[in-house]
Order: sequence, then structure tokens, then C-alpha cells
Amino acid sequence: MADGIEVRGVTFEYSTGLGSVLAVKDASFTVAPSEFLCIVGPSGCGKTTILNMLAGFLAPTRGEILIGGKPLGKAKTDRGVVFQDFAQLFPWRTALANVEFGLEMRGVGKAERRATAMEYIRLVGLEKFSSTYPHQLSGGMQQRVAIARALAYNPGVLLMDEPFAALDAMTRDDMQGLVASVWAATKKTIVYITHNVAEAVYLGDKVIVMAAHPGTIRQEIRIPLARPRDPLSDEFIATQRHLLTVLGARKPPARAAAE
Amino acid sequence: MSRTRRIRSAGLIRGVLAVLICLALWEMFARTSRSTSLTPPLELIGQTLAGMLVDGTLLINTLHTLGRVLLGFCIAALIAVPLGILMGRSRFAERFFLPVVSVLLPIPSLAWVPLFTLWFGIGNTATICVVVYAAFFPLIYNVWAGVRSVLPIWTRAATVMGAGRWALWRKVVWPASLPYVIAGTRLSVGRAWIGVIGGEMLASPTFGLGQIIFNAKEFLNASVMLSVLVVIGLIGVITERFIFNALEEATIRKWGMAASARR
Repeated sequence: MADGIEVRGVTFEYSTGLGSVLAVKDASFTVAPSEFLCIVGPSGCGKTTILNMLAGFLAPTRGEILIGGKPLGKAKTDRGVVFQDFAQLFPWRTALANVEFGLEMRGVGKAERRATAMEYIRLVGLEKFSSTYPHQLSGGMQQRVAIARALAYNPGVLLMDEPFAALDAMTRDDMQGLVASVWAATKKTIVYITHNVAEAVYLGDKVIVMAAHPGTIRQEIRIPLARPRDPLSDEFIATQRHLLTVLGARKPPARAAAE
Repeated sequence: MSRTRRIRSAGLIRGVLAVLICLALWEMFARTSRSTSLTPPLELIGQTLAGMLVDGTLLINTLHTLGRVLLGFCIAALIAVPLGILMGRSRFAERFFLPVVSVLLPIPSLAWVPLFTLWFGIGNTATICVVVYAAFFPLIYNVWAGVRSVLPIWTRAATVMGAGRWALWRKVVWPASLPYVIAGTRLSVGRAWIGVIGGEMLASPTFGLGQIIFNAKEFLNASVMLSVLVVIGLIGVITERFIFNALEEATIRKWGMAASARR
């Protein structure tokens, strides 16, 4: 199951003691079913705010969001969310029981939910650790459990908020490969927030580049590269360079030597 | 595993040693003092203890005291747990109850005994009221703090996975607050013990360890008093080791939610 997402003219404003802050200004984009969208931008550009609105944690000040054609908040929509914080797992449940949670909430019988949860544990390569408690797992393993947990109840979309930002570089590379293969296996619609350009180019069908203060969409870029992607290929690096230029992190090419 | 076992047995040996040293010091003090009836040596205490064990006074009085602690604690828990959860989850309930709790919390339970005996008469009811009062406040305070300590990311994750209100409380908020709830229970039972012994002395119900101590004073019978103190101490150690430790081991320590006691 995969749902499309439509974001139409969404603005999010909140007030502080000093006045109101425009976190996201008039954002519109669509994600096709089974498409992988990455949103990149500097901190403060409102990318996490967008994800929180998609997840239903925040309601847009203006505009509307449709998932699977239905307006958010009215119909009960299924979404899976993976947060950046490792603490998202329930420490009082084993890895397997964490993954079972969503199925449990849907009243799935014990034997069936155990079997389904085990499938997803296997999908993220943790079958040996199914009865382990989160505090005994490394950060990367905990994030894998979180991915399995967000997928186990078969939601239409998967929302990921910088899930690997707190991991070391090598583990992060592994995890990106894992996400790519999980996506290939499940064909979910994925919205993936990151501030890492290489990650966005590696994972996304489409990348939305955002600018800060106020948070606006600067450009939407399609990534034409074939999968699996090779981060060391010339096209990959050229795409990355283009993205960095759009982000404004890099002056337009001229003198800059190839990295 | 064998390392932790070794550490544990080393701790046990050290603990036993400390107790033995205290006993030896007491023995020296007892033997050199003028009156063995006021500071009885260990042998005399042992004899008294054995005598009370054999004639059944110890059993019946201990059971009465334990029963009061248990009943009082259960009544307190029945009110404190739901109310504490409510206070933790609802701003309104918190604003309403917190001032009351804050004012009543620091009042020693024993300060209420004269009033309770005035209201309920001398005896069991007043004593149990003291226990309930003593047990109630540490528990409600900790349940409230525990519920407030629940990470928002847990409730968010649960909500997005489709948890309804009831499932959220039972499957997320409750286990997440357990470290505080267990700490509160520990404190609460400790206070209940203070309350019950004091209550038994002042509100004079029939039977109870507090009663034995109080009555023994009339006969200047220090060895009876000390025997009862030993029993109270032993019950305390047993509750700590076999109830609270086991409870923590099976829950928050297994989950990595307790600050490790061993460094």
C-alpha cells in the first residue's frame, strides 16, 4: 500500500513572546505513490515543521494537506514516522514487541502480529536481536528497529526526520543502503528530511531544496540517476554539486576544483 | 555474569561484617553498663525473641502490623495512583490538587494521631488512617512526577501508530512512569511503617508491634523493645531485597531505565 501526498499552499506560523514567526511560508508540492522525496535545507528552514504537519503533530495555519486523496485530520490516515532521536523506541519493550505495537493498536491477534513483526525485523536484518531491549542495541540498530516499527502496520506513507543524523559516518552509509533496499522491497511513499546533500542525492527520486527565514521551497529537483546509485560516479557528484549550488552553500562553479 | 555474582557476594560479605561489628559494639556496651535489664546483652535479646516466637505473641502482633501497612498502603495507592496520573496529564487537575498535596505532604503523619483518635476513637481505624495518610503523599507526588517525565516522543510515536487514549495510558504512560512509581512506592511503604508503629503506640489498637514496644516500656523491659526493633529491621530488609529489588530487576533495570545502583 502506498498513498500519494498533496501539499497545497501550506503555511505554518507560531507566536512567541516577541511576535509571530513564519516557520513555513506557502509550501506546495506533491509526492506520487511509491515516490521517494527528500527535503533538504539548512536548520531553521522549516523542514521538520513540514514533516510534523504531514505526521499530524501540527496543523497548518493556512493551506491543506491530502494523503491518499483525503484531507489530513478528517479521515484516519496511516503514517509511519521515524524520528531522529534514538529514544523513540519504548525501552520497556523488546525490539520485536516495539515492532508489534502498531499491529497491537489495530487489534491484530498475537500470533499474526508476532509473525508480521518478525518479517520486518528480518527486513532490517535484526532477527538475532528480536528479543533484545533497546538499551542493549547500538544507535544504528535502534534506528533499524524504528524503521521496522514504522513499517510493520503497513502505512501508506513513511515519514523520516533525519533518522541517521546522530550516527557515525560509516553506520550512516550502511543505513542509507538499508533504506534504499527497504524502499525497493516495500514500495512505500517516503518523505525523508535531511540536511545532508549526499544523502538526498543517494536516496531521492526528487529533492526539495528549502531556504530559511521564512521557510520556503526554493526549488524542486528530479534526480535522474539509475539505482543502485554510486556515490563516487561523476553524475552523482555533478548532481550533488548542482544541489549545493541551489542551496547556496557553494558559489557557482568557476574556480572551485573538483572535490 | 560471574563477575556480577562475585561483586554481589563481596557486597554481601561486607554487609554481614558491618552488622557483626555493630553487634559486637553493642555487646561491649551492654556488658560494661550498670544495668543489663536496661541495656540487655545479645544473649538476653535472643532469649526474649525466642520466647516471643514460641508463645506466638510475635506472630500475631507482626501480622496485625503488616496487615495495617498493607491495607493502608493499598487504600492510599488506590487513590494516589489514578489521581497522580490525572495530575500529570491534565493541567486543570494539576492546578487544583497540587497546592493541597504540597501543603499536606510535609505534615508528619503522627501529628494527625490525636485528631484521628478524636474522630474515629482509639483503635484500629485511627491507626489505619495514619498509615493511609503516611503512604499517600510520597506516592501521589512520585506518580505525578513520573507521568510528567514521560518523553513526548513516546506519546507521539504511539499516537501516530494509532494508540487511542486508553492504550496510550496503559501501554505507554504507565510503563514509562514506572521508575518514579517504584521509587514512590518504596518511600511510601517506608512512611507507612513509621505511621503504623507510631499509630499503634498512640492510638492503641489491640495487637501490633508498636503496642508491644509501648507496653514493654511500662515494665522497663528493654529486651522486648529491642527484640521488636530487630524484627522490624528484618522485615524492612526482606521487603527491600525480595520485593523492591526483585520488582526493579524485573522491570526498570531490565529495561535500562533505572540509574544503576552499582558503579
